[in-house]
Amino acid sequence: MFSYTIRRLLMLIPVLFGMTFIVFFMIRAIPGDPAQVILGQLATEDAINSLRAELGLDQPWFTQYFEYLKQLFTLDLGESLRTKAEVSGEIWPYLAATFELSFVALLIAVVVGVNAGIISAWFQKSWFDYTAMVVALVGVSMPIFWLGLMEQWIFSVQLDWLPPSKRENVKNPVETITHFYLIDTILQGRMDQFIDVLKHLIMPGIALATIPMAIIARITRSSMLEVMRSDYIRTARAKGQKMFWVVYKHSLKNAVIPVLTVTGLQTGLLLGGAILTETIFSWPGIGRYIYNAIEFRDYPVIQSGILIVATIFVLINLIVDLLYAFIDPRIKYN
Amino acid sequence: MKKKSIFLALVFIFVLGIALVGCGSEAPTEETQGETNENNEETNDDQNQQSEESSTESTLVFGRGADSVDLDPALVTDGESIKVTLNIYDTLVKYGDVDTSIEPSLATDWTTSDDGLTYTFNLREGVKFHDGTDFNADAIVYNFERWANGEKSSFYYYGSMFGGFKGDEGHVIQEVKAVDELTVEFTLSRPQAPFLQNVAMPPFAIASPAALEEHGESFTENPVGTGPFVFQEWKRNDRVVLVKNENYWMKDYPKLEKVIFVSIPDNATRLNELIAGEIDIADGVSPNDSTRIEGEGDLQLFVRPSMNVGYLGLTNTRPPFNEKLVRQALNHAVDKEGIIAAFYAGQAVPAKNPLPPVIAGYNDDIDPYPYDLEKAKELLAQAGYPDGFEMELWAMPVPRPYMPDGQKVAEVIQSSFAQIGVKAKIVSYEWATYLEKARNGEADAFLLGWTGDNGDADNFMYVLLDQDNIGSNNYAYYSNPELHDILIEAQSNPDQAAREELYKEAQAIIHEDAPWIPLVHSTPILGGKNNVNDFFAHPTGSQALTKVYFD
Repeated sequence: MFSYTIRRLLMLIPVLFGMTFIVFFMIRAIPGDPAQVILGQLATEDAINSLRAELGLDQPWFTQYFEYLKQLFTLDLGESLRTKAEVSGEIWPYLAATFELSFVALLIAVVVGVNAGIISAWFQKSWFDYTAMVVALVGVSMPIFWLGLMEQWIFSVQLDWLPPSKRENVKNPVETITHFYLIDTILQGRMDQFIDVLKHLIMPGIALATIPMAIIARITRSSMLEVMRSDYIRTARAKGQKMFWVVYKHSLKNAVIPVLTVTGLQTGLLLGGAILTETIFSWPGIGRYIYNAIEFRDYPVIQSGILIVATIFVLINLIVDLLYAFIDPRIKYN
Repeated sequence: MKKKSIFLALVFIFVLGIALVGCGSEAPTEETQGETNENNEETNDDQNQQSEESSTESTLVFGRGADSVDLDPALVTDGESIKVTLNIYDTLVKYGDVDTSIEPSLATDWTTSDDGLTYTFNLREGVKFHDGTDFNADAIVYNFERWANGEKSSFYYYGSMFGGFKGDEGHVIQEVKAVDELTVEFTLSRPQAPFLQNVAMPPFAIASPAALEEHGESFTENPVGTGPFVFQEWKRNDRVVLVKNENYWMKDYPKLEKVIFVSIPDNATRLNELIAGEIDIADGVSPNDSTRIEGEGDLQLFVRPSMNVGYLGLTNTRPPFNEKLVRQALNHAVDKEGIIAAFYAGQAVPAKNPLPPVIAGYNDDIDPYPYDLEKAKELLAQAGYPDGFEMELWAMPVPRPYMPDGQKVAEVIQSSFAQIGVKAKIVSYEWATYLEKARNGEADAFLLGWTGDNGDADNFMYVLLDQDNIGSNNYAYYSNPELHDILIEAQSNPDQAAREELYKEAQAIIHEDAPWIPLVHSTPILGGKNNVNDFFAHPTGSQALTKVYFD
């Protein structure tokens, strides 16, 4: 287990290295010159050339790439072409905003998805099963922007229960410490703000959770069905064990591996897929941060943003793989 | 078993319900906030202040589509930046509340020499910058010197409005001199008719020299002016917060204590925010949503006077668009009324000239090309294309005030063109790419538009259609030496009546040459709460919120 962990960690190095390469060159393949975009429509040729030189964009690509790698080794993400601020300094609030939203979405997806899957499997072919699976099917195919707008229309405009968008009440803003607003408000003992932040989280959380929730429900159901048909479950039931225990203790434990896989994958996708949700709900997260940077051809920001998100994705997959070995000792890696 | 299944279904519904927790919980009342505060004395005052602020109607939340790019107006060209800076800074002279007439601002009055080469401004006494330093003639000189000596890469509005920078041949502002503490004199190298209009533009707002020196490059994030509101906070991609300037020179203004500009990128969400009461003004409302605002009892519609043009540019250097007859034929093949009815909810008028009717010098005698497919076919046949041709039709990917949905407008034009044998393929790129490729002349035909900066015809005709601006804002690559002479003459002639005649003449030439298909002049709309008063939707697209108050 230990050597496996080490090996997997070492494997991250070429993966991340390859990623810097791909991201670096793909970004430069986007048509559009940052100098031109920064200077706007009225800029002259001279102006553009002098800015290009200032930004180092007139250097050959490989020189720029090695400069970039050199910076990365010192954990320097460079400075934004647009704001001139250190990327490492300005990126955290956006990351935290996305993490907080993704965490809530994941919580909803797992709690609701797993339970719906279990109950569907338990009462296979019942009305609940059919309803849940139809809902899951709709959930998978539902466009996030449409769902988001429907949520807003129902819960904000019609019922007036929840704020339509944003992260907080701008008239009563949260004082940031960690940039995780739920934590910050607790640290400051501001229950009113905590509730306000929670209310802002619910709708985007559900919108973002819908697809993973549906997928998790379907995977849980099918893997539970498989396990519940196996001999030892039949034995357990024959011995008169309470159904609840059979399902939640014996079956779930053995059905959890595929659920874990899909949850891991979906967590990565949550980070990537946050951009639509962040746009609909005006959420100041990493998705919009990168999107705006693309609009301005802000290379250092795009590079760092994508690299960080990709790294998190890789790390989550690593954690999932390690959890397999932990949960199911039959999985051997040597 | 059956009983159990019902029970479990209920459990599931309960789990779903957890996700909705908090839905029903009421917003905390003032008392509960007070209680919380008692437990935490340190932040007590601060919190009380906050709850007071949120309970009284003195904070205006302005919802808009995008964040500012910079808060130094001299550096930017985007409307979202100007919307904010206009409230932080003042200019020497300013536009009227609802039009582009010139009014005093930092200058109380001014005189112009007979030859139109010297402008002398008397400055307002006792004005202070937000950092406490004095505003005076030296500050004006400092700012203009900063722009005139600027890197070409930075102050593009200065360069384009005043013919370049210090040392350039066409540079209009020869000298800016402080005559005394409160008098400043501008010497021009040649008369510039729209000089006052130009000086009133928000990019030429006067910043505190002390703050410019203190902050250097980061001044753009720490703006200091003399305007009605003082900059407090900028969270990029999220919000800009301004607070009242207690020492503002306009007596009893501003009315508001605080203004918060929030970025809400999605149009539908912004409208939902307004209806839900979370924001007070929603910018950039889609024309089709105007009825929804009218249907809400506690909302009002603000209509911005139209000072824009949306057009289909034809790249005049690309065959077959280098043929005048082809361009005229296509002009006959667009049903502008139909487009307006379908996508502007009637909030636009069809365009026949490149500038809107509100601008002095508009030529109303021009007969628009009627929507006439037979005539179009005839002209195409004359031009040698009896069977039509294939082309690319570029649709802009982002909504703009003059073009709420480029894709759909392109589809309508495509189907009209098909009827005269012209097969148009609709093409779209991400916005920055779109502009760059169109500017490079890579499009056959492209949808685009323009909102006027200063209310002068020059700002439409010269900027968009003069040969000097090919590769800049003349995306159509249209050039006509005769037109060029007229536009330059109109730019330099101080006689307003003569200028207007020149512009009318210019429009006749443009109409004949048909470098574009002018489509619409739209009236952009905003939504607001009913209790918002004295909010003026200015034709330039940005307005100071100095006079706004709640009742």
